[in-house]
Amino acid sequence: MHELAVTESLLQVVLRHANEGGAGKVVSISVRIGGLSDLVNEWVQRYFDHLSKGTIAEGAVIRIERIPTTFCCDACGHVFPADPRTREAIRCPLCSSAQMTLATGRECFVQQIEVV
Amino acid sequence: MTEVRLIEVREEILAENRQEAGDIRAELRRHGVFMLNLMSSPGSGKTSLILKAVRALKDTFRIAVIEGDIDAMVDAEKMVREGIPAVQIRTGGACHLDAPMVAAGLKELDLAALDCVIIENVGNLVCPAEFDTGAARRAVILSVPEGDDKPLKYPLIFSVCDLLVINKTDYLEGSDFDPEALRERVLRLNPGIRILSLSCRTGEGVSEWIRWLADEIEAFRSNSRINGNDKE
Repeated sequence: MHELAVTESLLQVVLRHANEGGAGKVVSISVRIGGLSDLVNEWVQRYFDHLSKGTIAEGAVIRIERIPTTFCCDACGHVFPADPRTREAIRCPLCSSAQMTLATGRECFVQQIEVV
Repeated sequence: MTEVRLIEVREEILAENRQEAGDIRAELRRHGVFMLNLMSSPGSGKTSLILKAVRALKDTFRIAVIEGDIDAMVDAEKMVREGIPAVQIRTGGACHLDAPMVAAGLKELDLAALDCVIIENVGNLVCPAEFDTGAARRAVILSVPEGDDKPLKYPLIFSVCDLLVINKTDYLEGSDFDPEALRERVLRLNPGIRILSLSCRTGEGVSEWIRWLADEIEAFRSNSRINGNDKE
């Protein structure tokens, strides 16, 4: 699956920032991934463990914070969480409108790293 | 005893791919070449849709195709038989095309002699959605036999595309595919997406796809000319 390609990119971003910051070793990596992504946490860690061998990020723990998918109602502006995979029609809980725009859920970024 | 310290990163995991996609985008704009990234499951009709467009438009626009497959030459050969320049990228296992692969493919083409490049991405509704290729527009094909619940299972790809083509409408009769449910599921993820329905096999609705593509190529090229390119 594409966890491998994404994890390769993750390693590059982490190493670049760790080196720029003069780090000796990366201890942990905080990542934020939105609800629309199907990346599986366990596989990201596994691939990372494999790819990072021999680098200063070897052994780093990846902490994944899942950002819930939210929608912004086009009619009243209310922002609300909803499951994009539901078979049910999604309606604004305040005004029942069916017109909405995705607000969060597409995130895929590194928030911070812990280093020594 | 060394203290643990925090380094703020706040960078997209796929930042490098996005950077390279941006470079591709700039180069295509310089040459006035419109690029479309066409995605779908295997067998939904990417090659058929491209062939329809190429046959209808090849006397109006100079089109080339970048074919992405894990390991095959079949689709590129079909394009070459139509007289269209085609580059085959064999990913050898990667389930999607990314910006570096597309950049390598573009190097095989003479951009000065082209108006449009269509990327036929690897058949997959998951991974291609994450990787910006530098294309000006993204399109996804969903064929009727796949079912109307694909936007529920694969929300990301439907949320990032500019165009959804519903293919194989000749299979609607007698199926439980609900076009209204599909529209609702897609529009809640992406209210701006354009939705076309057609059948490559019978030809119904295909002219709308050709018109959409021709309009996009034309608009892109005029925009490039306005912004200072002297390519005709």
